[in-house]
Amino acid sequence: MSIAAALSEQGAGAPASRPVKRARTGASLLLLPGTAYLVLFFVVPAVALLATSLYVKVPGGDVGQFQPAFHWQNYVDALSQFWPQLARSFVFALIATVAALVIGYPMAYVIAVRARGRSMLQGMLLVLIIAPFFTSFILRTIAWKQILADDAFVVTAFKWLHLMAPDGRLTATAFAVVAGLTYNFLPFMALPIYASLGRLDPSLIEAGGDLYANGFTTFRTVTLPLSMPGVVSGTLLTFIPASGDYVNSSLLGNSTDTAMIGQVIDARFFKVLDYPTASALSVVLMVAILVLVSIYVRRAGTEELV
Amino acid sequence: MGATTAAASGSGGAALELWDVSKAFGTYLAVDNLTLTVPSGSFFALLGPSGCGKTTTLRMVAGLEQPTSGAISIGGRDLTGTRAHQRQVNTVFQSYALFPHLTVLENVAFGLRRKRVAQPLERAAEGLDLVQLRHLADRRPSELSGGQQQRVALARALVNNPAVLLLDEPLGALDLKLRRQMQLELKRIQTEVGLTFVHVTHDQEEAMTMADTVAVMNRGRIEQQGAPAELYELPRTAFVANFLGQSNLVAGTVVERGSDTIGVEVAGTRLVVPTSRAVSAVGDVLVGVRPEKIQLLLAGQEPGPGSNVLGPGTVTDVSFAGVSTQYLVDLGRLGTFTVFAQNLVGGATLRVGDLVSLAWSVDHTFGLAGDEDAADGTADLDDEP
Repeated sequence: MSIAAALSEQGAGAPASRPVKRARTGASLLLLPGTAYLVLFFVVPAVALLATSLYVKVPGGDVGQFQPAFHWQNYVDALSQFWPQLARSFVFALIATVAALVIGYPMAYVIAVRARGRSMLQGMLLVLIIAPFFTSFILRTIAWKQILADDAFVVTAFKWLHLMAPDGRLTATAFAVVAGLTYNFLPFMALPIYASLGRLDPSLIEAGGDLYANGFTTFRTVTLPLSMPGVVSGTLLTFIPASGDYVNSSLLGNSTDTAMIGQVIDARFFKVLDYPTASALSVVLMVAILVLVSIYVRRAGTEELV
Repeated sequence: MGATTAAASGSGGAALELWDVSKAFGTYLAVDNLTLTVPSGSFFALLGPSGCGKTTTLRMVAGLEQPTSGAISIGGRDLTGTRAHQRQVNTVFQSYALFPHLTVLENVAFGLRRKRVAQPLERAAEGLDLVQLRHLADRRPSELSGGQQQRVALARALVNNPAVLLLDEPLGALDLKLRRQMQLELKRIQTEVGLTFVHVTHDQEEAMTMADTVAVMNRGRIEQQGAPAELYELPRTAFVANFLGQSNLVAGTVVERGSDTIGVEVAGTRLVVPTSRAVSAVGDVLVGVRPEKIQLLLAGQEPGPGSNVLGPGTVTDVSFAGVSTQYLVDLGRLGTFTVFAQNLVGGATLRVGDLVSLAWSVDHTFGLAGDEDAADGTADLDDEP
């Protein structure tokens, strides 16, 4: 239908308006399933979450019994009690994102730029990045628990090299949680950067050298700016899920000084059955991420990039 | 015009020399023992079909490839082994390679900034004046037309006042009319700034229009080099005769050797070739003549004195091309000759099936070595880039 519209527009200009209108109805029909899905599974739950976050305890009721209200005090209570976990979530997520960028960028660079033209090698290296996805997320995190365990070889080796105090440990530490987050979200960082670098015209790198820029300067002034779309999507795909993650902090951390907000929400919801606080924290997390991300995207200035 | 004087006041370019340069990619020899001198301030064209090694040669001069053996020097300084950013050489890339994340002005200022030239933006703006694009300084390359991008790429290379400016098929992506215009523009700029230009192209007309010196490359070697007219009038190999313009070549045997001419027996007819225009004066040779040098004679018409005559033969094809008409004449055992006749009286004067003889001046005849393939360098449809 839209092809017909385009054709008639190219031909005589006048009778174009009717087919265009029909094409628009066609487009909205095509959007219907997606819109319905989003309304049903995103808008409705989000409103429900917002409503639950304002509920109050039923007077004299059982544990987990609440009634609708507009109790904004829930937010104040939740934040004053759990702000350290919220702040820690963002700090951990930020460190993990930076670490994933530092590790993932060179990986993506080697695959996209250095292995350019050798599609067999590129394919193999990409499979290596994606391969961990073949195993379950939980299983991989539990495996990390084993790797970082007190009597495992990593800790033993560190102690032998005197890089760690004799009574030091890795498991149940902030390091273990951040390492787990970094590991688990690394592919989400590396793949968008790979895609960005793969589109990079190699003659631009040559032009940099031709115009008196050495390898590092060419990277700083040409390659890196042109891969920014990949860096931005990679950091978002890492930071957003990492700040809400609770698997790594529960499996690799301890419940006191490494707890992240996801872990608290999980506990509030399923153990304490304190739904309003859990909902309030979820809303706060959502809004905080939204604000942080929009500031970041604006600062990164992706709209200027091609 | 301030930009012109600023650019022209520089070194004015330097001579480029290649000594026995070879480049192998695995077992494939892209450039084969090439020795070449480009005089300072000249417009030099490397002409050849795709895959002849001309771009590889250019990339070795730029420092983007290193030769397998041999040496490259610019202005007398040996540069072999140095990297691209260390060489006072700039390239106009075939794809232009403009930085899409920078404005036109910042693209032009890129090299100036790297060299820490004072006031890079002012200098870049002057560079844009040279290509008449200052009004587009704040645009992104993607907002420019192909011809404008090409000129930005040229300005970006020129502002650095390089010892040698390399042009890698810079006009290849432009349409015919724009290409003609840019050829003249490039020539004008080169004359103005006086830098050494090395231009790589597969378009023989482009090479002849612009360059002072043309080197015809084939299979990694230089076949012949010289001024365009010299190359055209006196090709020394069958490849040059066919690749640069068109030629009619016939095989024959030297049967007579005079003081300044040789007589060549070609399928029963005697052709005369000036000794000075013959590569070989013994045994089997190829005798050649350019199509526009040939005069078509109808029965009864006499050739002028000092002419070689072949035929009669049958006209098999007539194609009218405005300025001239191209005739194909079948000469039986000698094959088919191409003749260009100027349309002095308007329209074609001969028809398919007419019997004609071909005559041309001895002075326009050239002789090539007989062991060459007479079809070498003719347009191969599978070979076109």
